[in-house]
Amino acid sequence: MMKDLIAKLKKHYKLTEPDYRRADLTFVTAQKDELRSLLIALRDIEGFTHLVLLTAVDWLEEGLFQLTYMLNNRAANRTLALRVMIPRANAVGDTIHDLWPTAETYQRELREMFGIDFPGSPRVNDEFILEGWTDMPPYRRDFDSLAYSLQTYRERPGRVTHDPREHMKKALYPDQKPEAAK
Amino acid sequence: MKHFDPTFKKDTEKEFPLREEMRPRTVETPDGQTIEIEPLKDYFCEAPPKVHPKAYSKIVEDFYNWARAESLWILGFGTGCGAIEMRPLMTPRFDAYRWGIQWRPTPRQSNLLMISGYLSIKTLKRAIRAYEQMQQPKYVVGLGSCTINGGMYWDSYNTIKRLDDYLPVDMYIAGCMPRPEALLAGFVALKKIIKAGKAEGANLYAENFAQYKANQKAVIKDWDMPDYSW
Amino acid sequence: MSFEWIQIAWALLTLFIVINYGLIMTAVIQKIGARVGGRYGIPVWQNYIDLIKNFSLRSKIHHGVMFYLGPVFRLTGGIGLLLFVPTIYGSVMHQNFSYSGDLILALYFVFFGTLGMALGAGESGHPHAAIGVSRGLSQVTMAELPLALAVYSMTLQYGTLNITDIVAAQQGSIFNWTLFTNPLATTAAMIAFVGTMMRSPFDVVLAPQEIPIGPPTEYHSAYLALMQTNRVLYPIAKTVIFMNLFFGGATNWFEFAIKIFALYMVSVVVGVVHPRFRVEQSIGFFLKWGLPVGVLSILVV
Repeated sequence: MMKDLIAKLKKHYKLTEPDYRRADLTFVTAQKDELRSLLIALRDIEGFTHLVLLTAVDWLEEGLFQLTYMLNNRAANRTLALRVMIPRANAVGDTIHDLWPTAETYQRELREMFGIDFPGSPRVNDEFILEGWTDMPPYRRDFDSLAYSLQTYRERPGRVTHDPREHMKKALYPDQKPEAAK
Repeated sequence: MKHFDPTFKKDTEKEFPLREEMRPRTVETPDGQTIEIEPLKDYFCEAPPKVHPKAYSKIVEDFYNWARAESLWILGFGTGCGAIEMRPLMTPRFDAYRWGIQWRPTPRQSNLLMISGYLSIKTLKRAIRAYEQMQQPKYVVGLGSCTINGGMYWDSYNTIKRLDDYLPVDMYIAGCMPRPEALLAGFVALKKIIKAGKAEGANLYAENFAQYKANQKAVIKDWDMPDYSW
Repeated sequence: MSFEWIQIAWALLTLFIVINYGLIMTAVIQKIGARVGGRYGIPVWQNYIDLIKNFSLRSKIHHGVMFYLGPVFRLTGGIGLLLFVPTIYGSVMHQNFSYSGDLILALYFVFFGTLGMALGAGESGHPHAAIGVSRGLSQVTMAELPLALAVYSMTLQYGTLNITDIVAAQQGSIFNWTLFTNPLATTAAMIAFVGTMMRSPFDVVLAPQEIPIGPPTEYHSAYLALMQTNRVLYPIAKTVIFMNLFFGGATNWFEFAIKIFALYMVSVVVGVVHPRFRVEQSIGFFLKWGLPVGVLSILVV
């Protein structure tokens, strides 16, 4: 069924080779300028009425952000995820808050956590979770959370880290010699 | 230890702009007057906290401390997962009311602030305000490893690691999370501290006010509240 | 009735006994509630410790003159109510300052504390306090209606406004109580009684989960201690009136303790089995049930 749908869509839109994860879950990459008409077609004609999520992936090495629009067809119990690649520098996405009002919240989150702008989306520049954040968006992969934490919050000395496997072995079987390094 | 980028430098230069509702501005009153308002100055009293001395006589102070210890009123401010561990204390199984422990809904009437888990910067701001609105003497107990050294949030960009940098902590209860039994043992230990007259966190806060404020403002960048919330 | 200075001392003794009785009784009632829920409950002396604790807090802040006066007014309401009502019938010691028109004064004092609280809580500036006060005033006003009607009915019945005389008329047998001679008035008054005890289902004023905790939100340390004192004193003073008017009064402290406890338990028992009313629901309840019963009781008399 998904194959039929993809074949049908491919007549009108430029899509890459789909990735059939499960019988009811398919990933496919679309073009940025075709995204809106594709979403409308899926929503109004193909019955994908529910926006499950809108999220982003940071492809740091390629210099790309991947936006994932996951749509669900409740009647047929099928999920289709559309991937759209946008350039990482000055990342701007197309707002879809008029198609699904919930997208407004997702877009606020992406604006804050990845720094992807969605011009026209209501309250997109308002703070979402963070308060008074001045650094780079923290979900970007070039933001080093540990380094930031070390530079911002004072450590309490005496913190030790154990390898869980070795530690439990030592705690449970103290007589056994640790395996010699080979 | 997890690998991290030693060349990463956090961006400390940028100032966070004051929120719109907190900026000084000119407004027109309903009866037609035009007045200038500066919310941060007009709405709040900015006086720093005072050090409140103990009662003159030792016997009286000991008596008071006994009463304070036997009537601990907790502010129901839940942060992190510890908020869930606190609730069973009210139920028949643990029943903390036996020890004179009660939950009050307003900071004005409570004496004990339980920081029940990790504090993000956003929550820290509220916790500080709640703490400052409580009446002296007041006590702070940190629950779990998150308040002690960051716990599992040790590498988080938005979670503090040491609670005692920001608030005067009287006691930590270790664990991740400590179970209600550990909390009860902690309350009993806290009572001993109070009865011995060693729980002077509020005075400590007043004495080292500048240091505490500097620590707080170092992490809370959008400081849009008075320095001391009465 | 002639006035003697020793009366002041006796009245203070009454006050002392009643406050201590109230502190212990409220703790016992809380303990009963806890035991019903399977908990051990607070120690019976917990109220004393809380009082001392609140008096011993070192810092306090204020929001203006009425903020000070709120708890004072409220306590005055409780004390005044108690002092102008004969606590123990026939006892010279605990007759207090009862005089020939004391029923009217007592009715006024029932309201006085709430009014003082309204002004004080209003000045604290907390929105929860203002919401709580407006709810409290509308609810208490409505609850007073059936009570006032019941009292009119009683004064018609006994031909006096003196509580001592009313109690005197009820002596002799249990069937001389107003409860049996005028059951309609008693019913109307009990509806008002349950309504003004600040217990569920009429506790939307405090509503801990919704507007924590209503009028006293900003009150703390010594102010709160005053209000706690009043919270144990005032319900008892109010119950004393009801006991005197409808349940034959008390001739000694033992009878007093039993009757007050039983009457107080009425509101507790009603409270534990009923969910909380919203304000308009409780007002509707008083208008629908309290008012007709009160009117009917006057008509019957």
